Amino acid sequence: MVASRAIGSLSRATASRMRRCPGYICRSFSGSSALQTRTHINYGVKGDVAVVRINSPNSKVNTLNKELQSEFMEVMNEIWASDQVRSAVLISSKPGCFIAGADINMLASCKTSEEVTQISREGQRTFEKLEKSPKPIVAAISGACLGGGLELAISCQYRIATKDRKTVLGAPEVLLGILPGAGGTQRLPKMVGVPAAFDMMLTGRNIRADRAKKMGLVDQLVDPLGPGLKPAEERTIEYLEEVAVTFAKGLSDKKISIKRDKGLIDKLMSYAMSIPFVRQQIYKKVEEKVRKQTKGLYPAPLKIIDAVKTGIEQGNEAGYLSESQKFGELAMTRESKALMGLYHGQVLCKKNKFGTPQKEAKHLAILGAGLMGAGIAQVSVDKGLRTILKDATLAGLGRGQQQVFKGLNDKVKKKALTSFERDSIFSNLTGQLDYQGFEKADMVIEAVFEDLSLKHRVLKEVEAVIPDHCVFASNTSALPINEIAAVSKRPEKVIGMHYFSPVDKMQLLEIITTDKTSKDTTASAVAVGLKQGKVIIVVKDGPGFYTTRCLAPMMSEVLRILQEGVEPKKLDSLTTSFGFPVGAATLVDEVGVDVAKHVSEDLGKAFGERFGGGSVELLKQMVSRGFLGRKSGKGFYIYQEGVKNKNVNSDMDGILASLKVPPKSEVSSDEDIQYRLVTRFVNEAVMCLQEGILATPTEGDIGAVFGLGFPPCLGGPFRFVDLYGAQKVVDRLRRYEAAYGKQFTPCQLLIDHANSPNKKFYQ
Amino acid sequence: MTSMLTYTFKNLPNTSKWALQFFVRPLSCSSQLQAAPATQTKSKKTLAKPNIRNVVVVDGVRIPFLQSGTSYKDLMPHDLARAALSGLLTRTNVPKDVVDYIIFGTVIQEVKTSNVAREAALGAGFSDKTPAHTVTMACISANQAMTTGIGLIASGQCDVIVAGGVELMSDVPIRHSRKMRKMMLELNKAKTLGQRLSLISKFRLNFLSPELPAVAEFSTSETMGHSADRLAAAFAVSRLDQDEYALRSHSLAKKAQDEGLLSDVVPFKVPGRETVTKDNGIRPSSLEQMAKLKPAFIKPYGTVTAANSSFLTDGASAMLIMAEEKALALGYKPKAYLRDFVYVSQDPKDQLLLGPTYATPKVLEKAGLTMNDIDAFEFHEAFSGQILANFKAMDSDWFAQNYMGRKTKVGSPPLEKFNNWGGSLSLGHPFGATGCRLVMAAANRLRKEGGQYGLVAACAAGGQGHAMIVEAYPK
Repeated sequence: MVASRAIGSLSRATASRMRRCPGYICRSFSGSSALQTRTHINYGVKGDVAVVRINSPNSKVNTLNKELQSEFMEVMNEIWASDQVRSAVLISSKPGCFIAGADINMLASCKTSEEVTQISREGQRTFEKLEKSPKPIVAAISGACLGGGLELAISCQYRIATKDRKTVLGAPEVLLGILPGAGGTQRLPKMVGVPAAFDMMLTGRNIRADRAKKMGLVDQLVDPLGPGLKPAEERTIEYLEEVAVTFAKGLSDKKISIKRDKGLIDKLMSYAMSIPFVRQQIYKKVEEKVRKQTKGLYPAPLKIIDAVKTGIEQGNEAGYLSESQKFGELAMTRESKALMGLYHGQVLCKKNKFGTPQKEAKHLAILGAGLMGAGIAQVSVDKGLRTILKDATLAGLGRGQQQVFKGLNDKVKKKALTSFERDSIFSNLTGQLDYQGFEKADMVIEAVFEDLSLKHRVLKEVEAVIPDHCVFASNTSALPINEIAAVSKRPEKVIGMHYFSPVDKMQLLEIITTDKTSKDTTASAVAVGLKQGKVIIVVKDGPGFYTTRCLAPMMSEVLRILQEGVEPKKLDSLTTSFGFPVGAATLVDEVGVDVAKHVSEDLGKAFGERFGGGSVELLKQMVSRGFLGRKSGKGFYIYQEGVKNKNVNSDMDGILASLKVPPKSEVSSDEDIQYRLVTRFVNEAVMCLQEGILATPTEGDIGAVFGLGFPPCLGGPFRFVDLYGAQKVVDRLRRYEAAYGKQFTPCQLLIDHANSPNKKFYQ
Repeated sequence: MTSMLTYTFKNLPNTSKWALQFFVRPLSCSSQLQAAPATQTKSKKTLAKPNIRNVVVVDGVRIPFLQSGTSYKDLMPHDLARAALSGLLTRTNVPKDVVDYIIFGTVIQEVKTSNVAREAALGAGFSDKTPAHTVTMACISANQAMTTGIGLIASGQCDVIVAGGVELMSDVPIRHSRKMRKMMLELNKAKTLGQRLSLISKFRLNFLSPELPAVAEFSTSETMGHSADRLAAAFAVSRLDQDEYALRSHSLAKKAQDEGLLSDVVPFKVPGRETVTKDNGIRPSSLEQMAKLKPAFIKPYGTVTAANSSFLTDGASAMLIMAEEKALALGYKPKAYLRDFVYVSQDPKDQLLLGPTYATPKVLEKAGLTMNDIDAFEFHEAFSGQILANFKAMDSDWFAQNYMGRKTKVGSPPLEKFNNWGGSLSLGHPFGATGCRLVMAAANRLRKEGGQYGLVAACAAGGQGHAMIVEAYPK
């Protein structure tokens, strides 16, 4: 679970980094003597307050790179030396971004952990100077204040944040497999208390400004302004600066106190934390929880706990030292390389490399109000796309509309939306049973049942009513798009858009192009997907495309393993302890046994032996008994409303017994079982690259992790081959091949990589 | 025939009188005004339109506007409305049976008298054959009552309308919680003792927590004062500017009150209390005193305070509106024409209180007038910051181009023609009743100070706004 949560927050962090920052022209200060030509920082004096503005050139975000840091210290030294300055304000000139974090590439270029530790020590020293500044420093935060940005902010004497959705504070280092290495593990617990600090650093979650105020992470909030005599964003930053300057003055005049009034609960909490026994208990509890959630696969969380502990128990000096050493160690781990690779991949997959479509899609129509259709509708209306949701029956349509409403309403409950915003978003949705209004649609996404003749029928019906420019996208997990497009009058406008369920939670969108799909159609589909907030991979058409095709051989192996007598619970624990967010048997239940059967039959036909292994008969019998997985209440497990711990479905025993095959003892250790699953997955993924289904390894990794739950700590199948070693993967495959046969034969590209150790998917 | 006669009668003395008025004006005016006579030729001699009936204000009154929780605190809204209607009857002597229709505006509705217009009319002794309805449009409810009346007259449906507005902030409906209400309603329907007991057993203590009427905008959950503070900040209006403007409003109101200019006020003998004769919210203070106040909404650094905001007010107003020929036939000498009007609406979050900025150029354009044609501006003052932000918005080409789809700014009104007898900040602002006060102030100022055209404008919750041109009736 932690993996999926980790990835979830990782994406949030990225989203905020990715946000557009329209050019904001920094005013130069008139009459400021200190104005110099610096690249990242400009500074001026208002009265006796120095205003330091951070604005890295040619970038949408500010990141703490070496250049910026040295300019910053230069400026600060000037401020400390100046007689006319009594306090300072730190602010970013980029709307939507204060400082998004440290420069990851700076770490990536380091060869040894000592080098990384050195970077951390420098950061620590810089921020310590800020903390001990004789002149009060106010951080005026608008937009993302993450990682190193947060560490900078909490070194200042006072923090003022804009109360808008873009302003988030967080320590997402853990999501990159590292820790806050510039004093964060030491200062954060003192500022917000140990439990809250652990929560922030171990989950990496983003904290909105209003919540940060309640936690004591920021001291004042500033409401975003509407348009005045300038655009709203520009004026809001100006206003934030004005307010910050008043507070800076107040602080230097000693009219405002830095000390915060603590509430009763805070006082009790800090009293409790002064008792060593209580502290030990807290460390123990947190450690236990982390171990349980990470299954020991992620080293960063434990090191974070350690660094915090050292600081509190042995004092600052030891704490800082421990922090920087662990930072160095973590940066060199495979896990952090994998996670950083995913981060970069995600950034890449949030871009439209097909360019801007000729016509922006504004009107969407979705066919089929099932789980998928309604989910697609939800993420579309959410972003202001006018969306028609069409179903064949009123009952089906009603269910879909309710799903969209519930999805939005849940956000209201979490206070991510107001009820008014929910209503106005919901008004973008039109539910209907006919094709009225399709003449205005820019894109139709069909999400009807996975049945080729049905898809053909709706395609013909839709093509009779839509305008010429309208794209027809098919949401299918396995039906080849060219077969669907075969009946189309305009195959260049037909494309596949494979969403993952639940659509509002799963970030991946797999877009499938046929030989006939035009580039503009692809651009349009990617644009819509990006608008819906998806991470996008674009793959070539073929049976199972990329994601389903990778999953199928693994699923086949799952069946084989179950047939060999491994309990579903045991199989689940083997897969989750390898890093998969969901156990393999549970996954079949979640996907739906009928769907799994359908897919394995289809792909089995297309790929033959390579997809062999387990017997589809198992799935067939389950379907015939009505064990369709979660949706029917029974699959490998029994699902009951309100029951948390699911029980194994004992009716499965008979089916499994009748299909039992003897296990091969030489390849049936726990580790072998895990690797049999993973190597088949990886082998197929590499095959997809080899055959050109995938354009890049990055897309393969992103697709596997975000769509199929491939262990994020391994970074995806391609990163896994790079880090684990192609030779070792091939060796394992050969061993299993010897035991089972062709389904384990390594593909040529993998063999090539094994043969030349310098060949890497990521150079 | 009559109407033709009045046209000529009215148009003849127009210009000469105007010129005269101007030379009589005291010389203490600012330089801007001294340049004014040159531009005094109006863009239009009158706003009368062919084939459309002229609508006139015969007269209008209001009971004194009081801070809520003072002398009116034990009354109900219809009592105030009734007092205003009685005052109107006394002032105009209008025969009750000629009134075709009565319309009142109100915002926070007393549930017992949801059609407060009807209850007040019956209580004030109007004919029970005169229908009445109540309208609501936040702070421009009374304006909506008037313009509804204008519509009825102009379309020939009615000849004589009473329009007014009322608000009683001393008492607002505080409801039981939804859960409690639900239980009580179900209890009503329960037939057996068992059913009742089982319902009562579901009672929880938190059912008793009351539901207060929202002071916040429904769509954004933001209180108006908070929005005003943000608006002031967006237009960089300083605290000092706001305090100065508020002080101006109070000083001018005080002066107007002392000089007896607030002739629309009628005394109200409150049952069980003394007769109220004057508005009681006018409190000219000093800038030093005002500077001491802490911000009321955005703490601790906001700029909107109790002193530069309008206060919660009880009050009611009423106006007699007629078709011109009817008024003349009844022997009245009307005070003013009600001319072109517009309603506007915009973003309820960031532009909640910018109604006047949007409405002013629109109504001027519609009437074919320019800012220079206006002799009396009467704007609703919700907050000092709001008024000053509107001034800045009206004076900004950038704002006009980017948000209003106009090529140029309309310009901000000259202060010496603006709310010269005080405004909502000082006189008070009973939400539903302010509109009539604005129109009467414009009409009375045109008569007193001289001038032909008055411009009334107001903002309202929901991000709406209104403006209307009032034309002086030739003397």
